[in-house]
Amino acid sequence: MPKPFSLARVSILPLMLVLLSGCNMVVMSPSGDIATQQRDLIVISTILMLVIIIPVIAMTLYFAWHYRQSNTAAKYDPEWHHSTGLEVAIWSAPLAIIIALGAITWVSTHKLDPYRPLERLDAARPVTEEMKPITVEVVALDWKWLFFYPDYGIATVNEMAAPVDVPINFKLTASSVMNSFYVPALAGMIYTMPGMETKLHAVINRQGEYEGLSSNYSGDGFSHMRFKFHGLDQAGFDAWIARVKQNGTALNRDAYLKLEKPSAKEPVRYYATVDDGLYEAVLNMCVREGQMCMKDMMHIDMTGGAGKESHENKAKLEHDNRHAKDEAPAATFPETGNPARSEEPAEGVEENPATMNHDAHQSH
Amino acid sequence: MHRAAYETILDDPMFGDISLTQFLFGRLTWEAIPYHEPILVVTFAVVALGGIALLGLITKFKLWGYLWHEWFTSVDHKKIGIMYIILAIIMLLRGFADAIMMRIQQAIAFGGNEGYLNPHHYDQIFTAHGVIMIFFVAMPFVTGFMNYVVPLQIGARDVSFPFLNNFSFWMTTGGAVIIMMSLFVGEFARTGWLAYPPLSGADYSPGVGVDYYIWGLQVAGVGTTLSGINLIATIVKMRAPGMTFMKMPVFTWTSLCTNILIVATFPILTATLALLSLDRYVGTNFFTNDLGGNPMMYINLIWIWGHPEVYILVLPAFGIFSEVVATFCGKRLFGYTSMVYATCVIMILSYIVWLHHFFTMGSGASVNAFFGITTMIISIPTGAKMFNWLFTMYRGRIRYEVPMLWTVGFMVTFVIGGMTGVMLAIPPADFVLHNSLFLIAHFHNVIIGGVLFGLMAGVVYWFPKAFGYKLDPFWGKMSFWFWQIGFFFAFMPLYVLGLMGVTRRVSQFEDPTLQIWFVIAAFGAALIALGIASFVIQLVVSFFKRDELRVTSGDPWDGRTLEWSTSSPPPDYNFAFTPVVHDHDSWYDMKSRGYERPLEGFKPIHMPKNTGTGVVLSAISVVLAFALIWYIWWLAALSFIALIAVSIAHTFNYDRDFFISAETVTATEDARTKLLAERT
Repeated sequence: MPKPFSLARVSILPLMLVLLSGCNMVVMSPSGDIATQQRDLIVISTILMLVIIIPVIAMTLYFAWHYRQSNTAAKYDPEWHHSTGLEVAIWSAPLAIIIALGAITWVSTHKLDPYRPLERLDAARPVTEEMKPITVEVVALDWKWLFFYPDYGIATVNEMAAPVDVPINFKLTASSVMNSFYVPALAGMIYTMPGMETKLHAVINRQGEYEGLSSNYSGDGFSHMRFKFHGLDQAGFDAWIARVKQNGTALNRDAYLKLEKPSAKEPVRYYATVDDGLYEAVLNMCVREGQMCMKDMMHIDMTGGAGKESHENKAKLEHDNRHAKDEAPAATFPETGNPARSEEPAEGVEENPATMNHDAHQSH
Repeated sequence: MHRAAYETILDDPMFGDISLTQFLFGRLTWEAIPYHEPILVVTFAVVALGGIALLGLITKFKLWGYLWHEWFTSVDHKKIGIMYIILAIIMLLRGFADAIMMRIQQAIAFGGNEGYLNPHHYDQIFTAHGVIMIFFVAMPFVTGFMNYVVPLQIGARDVSFPFLNNFSFWMTTGGAVIIMMSLFVGEFARTGWLAYPPLSGADYSPGVGVDYYIWGLQVAGVGTTLSGINLIATIVKMRAPGMTFMKMPVFTWTSLCTNILIVATFPILTATLALLSLDRYVGTNFFTNDLGGNPMMYINLIWIWGHPEVYILVLPAFGIFSEVVATFCGKRLFGYTSMVYATCVIMILSYIVWLHHFFTMGSGASVNAFFGITTMIISIPTGAKMFNWLFTMYRGRIRYEVPMLWTVGFMVTFVIGGMTGVMLAIPPADFVLHNSLFLIAHFHNVIIGGVLFGLMAGVVYWFPKAFGYKLDPFWGKMSFWFWQIGFFFAFMPLYVLGLMGVTRRVSQFEDPTLQIWFVIAAFGAALIALGIASFVIQLVVSFFKRDELRVTSGDPWDGRTLEWSTSSPPPDYNFAFTPVVHDHDSWYDMKSRGYERPLEGFKPIHMPKNTGTGVVLSAISVVLAFALIWYIWWLAALSFIALIAVSIAHTFNYDRDFFISAETVTATEDARTKLLAERT
């Protein structure tokens, strides 16, 4: 007769399986080659470690049961506390696993370095000379994503697309605080930081609509800082580019400065044209008129500095306090005058902003 | 005008057009009191009523004098240890209330439903949860145990610097008071528990939240650092004759390593937060985006403290398990020497792994791989420890008292957390798991399954030593099983959610298929709530059944280390004669050699005298912090001067010690002789 305990287990197992099969474990079944290789690492390392974890758990439970006080049949040896052979074994068993994992780590960290250009589209197909990667420049804004497509002269907000089986070279930065760019189906995440550029190389292998998000907490509107990533075939991608061009407005510096202001739950926006060098200006924190670009300052510094006159540049290099001239980035007490923990959204955060580019949004 | 405090001075300064109210109260106004926030008003009402009731009872039973003379001003390491643990348990309730609020919010905020917490409130809750659980639950809990147990285990009468010990405790409490104040006056930080800039800088978090965070941690940090110095000195200088380093109990060893870590790393935290406050108050640019600042520097610095911090917490827990497993298996710990070396190796390695907290910040492959591999190497000594406990059980005779249950629960739970930890140490795997709920599940797995289980085992194990009666085992077992099962329900779904690409600190979700997992997690949190309730019931029930549970021998578990040789609770002076040590597990050794308690020849014992200076200094520090948070500059200046003045004045206090007369010692020891005789 089965014990009630095992009965419970028998009935829980299928329930767990149903639950697990019902959910989309995107990290375990991704659609891009980089994420697939990362998934493989998770699987391999888990198996390697289970080699030691399972015996340990089994031994723990067995010893805990077998050597219980009431089992007087079990051997009791209160003075046994040392065994050189056993000690060598218990240090070398984890050591052996870690040597294996360490080797895997060294190799895979270099192979899957996000800065390293892709060498393969998937396990079967290497990247060849003729394949032309597309470049996407990503800016994390408060609290939405801006994507520049320099090869096509367009930009989008909160929507991204890429052709399948074409390497994508991401360059990423941010306008105010740190975020992290993450499309789980595509590849691992990378931080986006103001005044700095990070890189990511990836490829999407299957068509589909995937979730993209910020995975590093960045303030009030963070929870809704999501976008759709579309993996399209070449024709679909060309059509998408055409649609952006047809429905989009112009993204010049003024439009960018307006867009950059904190806002949450932004709709998708398309920009048919983009001012020259706008991404470079964002990266160098000099979009605003009269700002000095970081790279210029760095150049001055590199050549020995500007001496006593350098303080004259200070105002031109100030970036963070740009909000102070308009409004605070969030309803922090007491700066905004909003009461502590008020229900009111942060100043500058339109919870339900009037939709611009309504057509563009609909047409999609 | 969000730039920095100094600009506030320049703009509406004493020289210019400033109203009296502004001068008197800085940026503090009525709007800072969240009377329009129902959750907080109710909380405040409950806290206020409870507080008034408590104060009323203390007054009614005329306990003020007792509390002040016997506890608050006490320099006795045992009482300070107990006060640390009481502080930790109170703060655990607050930190857990935050956890429950988050679990409820995440279980309901799906689709269009925004839940019952707006981001503004939710963001403060997860920040407060992390800060409180680490700094004001785990830290005082661990420090409390080290304070209580270490001097007893090494045969000392107190710590090296008894006044410093009292002062450290009150500074830690002061920090907790500052954090709690933010609940009802103003608001707390909305930055995450490590307050990464630029988000925590003056431009993106201009209000008082981050200032509460900074000054709460700075005040508490003084206590932690000083307590670390104190305990190192105690362990190095005050061991009983014959107790060489390699004969120290394992808990003392892990305490030594932990305190070395504290002394080496807490100054980094202090310096990092000081730089952040300079940015916020004076307008420097250490961590700003512009003008040469670099936020990545803060993230490096904070984790150079932050990673050793997890070992600061877990090493003493490992020590507790080592004591518990040897005692309840009735067997000497297997592989003492390798246990000690494993502890020291972990201590050293913990300094060279910090970068694994931000593999995704774009360091080069070689840097990432280096830190990934050093992180994995830590699992070797940790694995060795696990085997040592396992082989202590082997050929043992295991008594399943409650502390041993926690230990077996730990061994099974912790290895899972260790495994996911090594997965996260592989940089490319971390790229998909970092900042996800998988990460959250991992560190709760090791902190609950490791640190908290150890602390709970320690409470049950040493409680009879501290209070003279055991804790009721029924409620202890209830607490264990609710915690153990609740843990799996609360955190296994988070592992799954992490693999579904769900990340941390999100207050509202769109994908409805996620909801079931959050509901299961909330159910797990409810089970843990029952575990905490059982623990509290256990304390109450045991208090009422204390005569039944009384321990007269002082050695209820057939212990092995010196603390069990004293009476329960131990006398103020701990040991009438300093014991002489010949072997590890000194008390077991003494018992097996037929040790006889000395019954006469007692001498007067030189003891430190109580002082209220610690309480006063801490109270002034809280005022100073409050003034700095609210820009009340006159009060800040005044309290700073007062702080210096009281510190100097204390150096002129020469009335610091006294002798317990030989008659008192004889009377105390005779009483124990009588008690022991009655048993047999």
